[in-house]
Amino acid sequence: MPGLSLLVFLPAVGAAALLLIPRGAMRALFSLAFGFSLAVFLVSLWIFARFDPNAAGMQAVERAAWIPAYGIEYIVGVDGLSLFLVLLTALIVPIAILASWTVHDKVKEYLFFMLVLETGMLGTLVALDLFLFYVFWEVMLVPMYFLIGVWGGQRRLYAAVKFVVYTMTGSLLMLVAIIFLATRNYQVTQTLTFGFQQLANLRLPFHEQMWLFLAFALSFAIKVPLFPLHTWLPDAHVEAPTAGSVILAAILLKMGTYGFIRFAIPLFPEAALAAAPYVTALAVVGIVYGAMVAMMQDDIKKLVAYSSVSHLGFVMLGLFAFNLQGAQGAVYQMLNHGLSTGALFLIVGMIYDRRHTRMIADFGGLWKQVPLLSAVFLIVTFSSIGLPGLNGFVGEFLILLGAFQAHPGWTVLATSGVVLGAIYMLWMFRRVVYGPLVRPENRLMADLSPREIAMLAPLVALIVFMGVYPRPFLSRIQGSARVALERVEAQSMAAPLVRVESAGERTDRGR
Amino acid sequence: MTTNLLRWIPLLPLAAAVLNVFFGGRWGKRFAGILASAAVFGSFLIALRVFMLLSPDAVLRDTLYTWIESEPFKAQVSFQADALTAVMLLVITGIGFLIHLYSTGYMAHDEGEARFFAYLNLFVFFMSVLVLADNLLLFFVGWEGVGLCSFLLIGFWYEDPANTTAGNKAFIVNRIGDFAFLLGMLLLFWEMNRLGVPSLDFAALKDAAARIAPDTAVLITLLFFIGATGKSAQIPLYVWLPDAMAGPTPVSALIHAATMVTAGVYLTARLNFLFVLAPYTLSLIAIIGAATALFAGTIAVAQNDIKRVLAYSTVSQLGYMFLAAGVGAFSAAVFHLFTHAFFKACLFLGAGSVIHAMGGEQDMRKMGGLRRRLPATYWTYLIAGLALAGIPPTAGFFSKDRILLEAYASPHGSLALWLVGWITAGLTAFYMFRQLFLVFHGTSRAPESVQAHVHESPAAMTIPLIVLALGSIAAGWLALPSRDVWDPWLQAVLGRSNPAEHGEAVNETLLVALTVGIALVGIAAAYFLYGRERRVREDGPLWGTLAQKYYIDELYDFLFVRPFTAAANWLARAFDPGIIDGAVNGVAGLVRGISASGRRLQSGNVQHYLFAFLIGTILIFVYWLRR
Amino acid sequence: MQAPIEYYLVLSAVLFAIGVAGVVIRRDVIVILMSIELMLNAVNLTFIAFSRFMGSVEGQVIVFFVMTVAAAEAVVGLAIVISVFRFRQTLDPRDMQLLKW
Repeated sequence: MPGLSLLVFLPAVGAAALLLIPRGAMRALFSLAFGFSLAVFLVSLWIFARFDPNAAGMQAVERAAWIPAYGIEYIVGVDGLSLFLVLLTALIVPIAILASWTVHDKVKEYLFFMLVLETGMLGTLVALDLFLFYVFWEVMLVPMYFLIGVWGGQRRLYAAVKFVVYTMTGSLLMLVAIIFLATRNYQVTQTLTFGFQQLANLRLPFHEQMWLFLAFALSFAIKVPLFPLHTWLPDAHVEAPTAGSVILAAILLKMGTYGFIRFAIPLFPEAALAAAPYVTALAVVGIVYGAMVAMMQDDIKKLVAYSSVSHLGFVMLGLFAFNLQGAQGAVYQMLNHGLSTGALFLIVGMIYDRRHTRMIADFGGLWKQVPLLSAVFLIVTFSSIGLPGLNGFVGEFLILLGAFQAHPGWTVLATSGVVLGAIYMLWMFRRVVYGPLVRPENRLMADLSPREIAMLAPLVALIVFMGVYPRPFLSRIQGSARVALERVEAQSMAAPLVRVESAGERTDRGR
Repeated sequence: MTTNLLRWIPLLPLAAAVLNVFFGGRWGKRFAGILASAAVFGSFLIALRVFMLLSPDAVLRDTLYTWIESEPFKAQVSFQADALTAVMLLVITGIGFLIHLYSTGYMAHDEGEARFFAYLNLFVFFMSVLVLADNLLLFFVGWEGVGLCSFLLIGFWYEDPANTTAGNKAFIVNRIGDFAFLLGMLLLFWEMNRLGVPSLDFAALKDAAARIAPDTAVLITLLFFIGATGKSAQIPLYVWLPDAMAGPTPVSALIHAATMVTAGVYLTARLNFLFVLAPYTLSLIAIIGAATALFAGTIAVAQNDIKRVLAYSTVSQLGYMFLAAGVGAFSAAVFHLFTHAFFKACLFLGAGSVIHAMGGEQDMRKMGGLRRRLPATYWTYLIAGLALAGIPPTAGFFSKDRILLEAYASPHGSLALWLVGWITAGLTAFYMFRQLFLVFHGTSRAPESVQAHVHESPAAMTIPLIVLALGSIAAGWLALPSRDVWDPWLQAVLGRSNPAEHGEAVNETLLVALTVGIALVGIAAAYFLYGRERRVREDGPLWGTLAQKYYIDELYDFLFVRPFTAAANWLARAFDPGIIDGAVNGVAGLVRGISASGRRLQSGNVQHYLFAFLIGTILIFVYWLRR
Repeated sequence: MQAPIEYYLVLSAVLFAIGVAGVVIRRDVIVILMSIELMLNAVNLTFIAFSRFMGSVEGQVIVFFVMTVAAAEAVVGLAIVISVFRFRQTLDPRDMQLLKW
């Protein structure tokens, strides 16, 4: 039973089915799209159930020739790194569709793009052929462009164009690198293939690795986004409709970090090792910088967007520690960020639906009027701050633990993000939720509707569960994270590679 | 020994908190309070049972499941109870129960009662996790969790911005400490890993502690101590605690006096085996502790808010505890923690009773003469006040005396440390009785309308007061010089501290007499100045500086907050949109500029295109023909 | 008696040139379309002429193709012209610059 193909293409089938429904039948359109996304979620659960938690390698692999003339194949599979991101995607999309209930304009097209986007995201996560990966990677871009550009806010066109052009710039370089890599592989082995696992065995000279790594890294770093390539993010977030922001934050950003751990690091271990000090530095700067800029925002959505820069900095820090704690923590933190920031954007969207403003100054005293929403907001806020007992802490701690071994100096700086995170989130929370309810408009706000509870409840439940009992997640991530780091660890141990040491750094990485 | 009793101590309050969160609104607030109190009482009974099961060198364990695992790191959700834990548990659940009971009276008129009790129960949950944790990471869960509850409870009356600002300040200042704590854990773990024992379990730490490199030990203990200064309100991170008094008074009693703020002391006691390896850290702890004690004591003298006096007094008393820990007398530190919990909780609850009676008034200048109107409150307040002042035979006398003795006579002690502690003892007696006289003696300075409503609090509030007052006397008798049961009980955990080893003969009686003497002098001075009428003009630059808390908040604001926010503001308003995004848009602009000249060729007129096409074709032909 | 091939080629060239001139100069889309037809037919004439002189049929086959394409082109072109006219009330190509930039 081809589970993964079913998973990937079921949303596309749903999108095609949407076309058959008259555009006036809004309820039918929503029900169909929601039903399909829910079915995808069930399929993902089925894949999860069949996933062998003890195996480190790829599972549920499917293979078929696609463009044999160029050795391009259709290969998909999941391992511990992608499994939970697949689940997260399959969970977030139905929630995002529920969050779109308030869209009334061009509903058919909206839902169509939503489902196409889901196919793109799932495909990107399971693709094991570099060309296939690239195709899905670009497939994600188009629907998101329309979601921002058509259903967005005031400056939607600016944001959408910026998003697409910025991302494209990176990904085109990646395409060049992919083709170069396949060509080099052909010269060495006389087989033309884009398959990731074959290409991973290729050993390239350092300078070639470096260029290829840079091309991949640029593409992924823009998506993460790594400081200083982050400025498309606040614009895109602020202008995107709620569901767009949720998907963008919860999943699309993870594609960048996922790309690093899945492709860039295993394919080019020496280059990754050499780049680690710089990437780490940028990640740490991003943590502090994102937090400080977030602190001063007047717009809640923008604040959350900058907080993503800070949180994703942690993920990058963990990835480039090149040890198990760092990698496990980073993958875990991707999920955490997906849940908590996704929930934050949902809440901001709910507030916006009621008041049509996102300015912090327009609120205050919401607890009095909407206690349930405020309580959920509180939990999500503390999840984002990384309170022990909620999910954020587990990831953050593992990342810091791993990073401390590799880069103690930078990690000290990064740990200050723990303080800064509390500052900007609590400042915002205090001004929005606490205080007297002075504005008369806010007295008309209604508390969460059953639909909104249904959207937030699974996220909050997961936030608590993943904080209290992370083991089922960590144990599945562990094996695959080891495999992903195998070569780079071997490198750092064996070859006394000439590395440029940044200040305050110790050389005794990894045992 | 393993047992599954331990898990129920935190789980009962947690269950009650969850129930109150979900159903509190539905089943009326009366029941919310009863449920919450019953849950804590249940925990208290279990804690008593645990105490019975324990012997001084026994450890009870209760492992639930593996929490985080990442080779070689592993942290379990696992509880342990030894002699030290048992003491802390009894304090938390016992005093916690009394304060819950008191709150059912105090909060009876508040609409958010279910929410209040949910928070309070959640606090008891986290605090018991903190003391029961068998590894540092789980300890940290409790450590941050109590910080969360403190944040929630300080900002409980969220409509007043002052309260929520104080809540934020508490959480953020604590986070600064936690930042150091986290780094301490990271450093400690990799050091342990180097030693081949990759673990943060207290038991494993204790076994391996001796092999930790001395320099690393100093660094680790320093980081943990910075964490402790955050939670336990020591210099330089004490600033949040006085502001935290914005919360409801039972919260001040439970969290900001009796239990949470002592977590830092508990941490040093729990990790005493690490701290003794780091003499530098220890002497720093002693100095900070003594300095904080004196510094906060002087501020307490000049406060007019009834709760602020107590808040600074708490900071000062916590300084005593750290002074004791710093000279290696962990047992004395924990003893003072224990007695302080009784009398300070009693004082806060008494203050709450006064505030309750005065209709919310907290300014002591508008009180006075309450002695006859609130007899139960007055007498319990007096007893607890005597205990705080250290007058025999109250509990405070025994514990404070012991700390001062150790400060002088222990191997790490010195005359200077003792002297600071001794002066503070006098100050303590003075500010305490200044408060007592201002509030309860003299003639009432309250307006008529308030005076008419002054009434003694209901039984739910006075009973806890009486029990705590009795505790404020009797708790000290655990360490009578003739029959000391305290030290033997904790010896296995905290090690022996024996001042007699100091060599030179210490005249214990003289020290005791001096301490009691200065306390009496303080009381006498307070009586002379405030006994009937206020006889001193409270002004002048010195008084102003004290009343304004040495302008430390303003100094921090100027030194840290302002530059930091200015920098953040510059980054957010100028650097990010201007330079970083400016560069991005600049590249885009450059491309656009180049294209702009090219695009003029595209007139859109199909005839122009065709003409260009024609010319091109002709040129190609010409080229081709001439070749 | 057969006319020499040059006659046909010159005629074709003249027709083609007229077509080109019409396309480039005229300010009426319909006339431009007609001029394009003229150019196509000029080419057709060349094909036919060569086909006849060389005695092969390939040229005539191509002419059929060209005629088919020309018909299709005329259909699409005129349809566009009609819809543009309905929309804009003009047939002047200078007013049809939507493709600009």
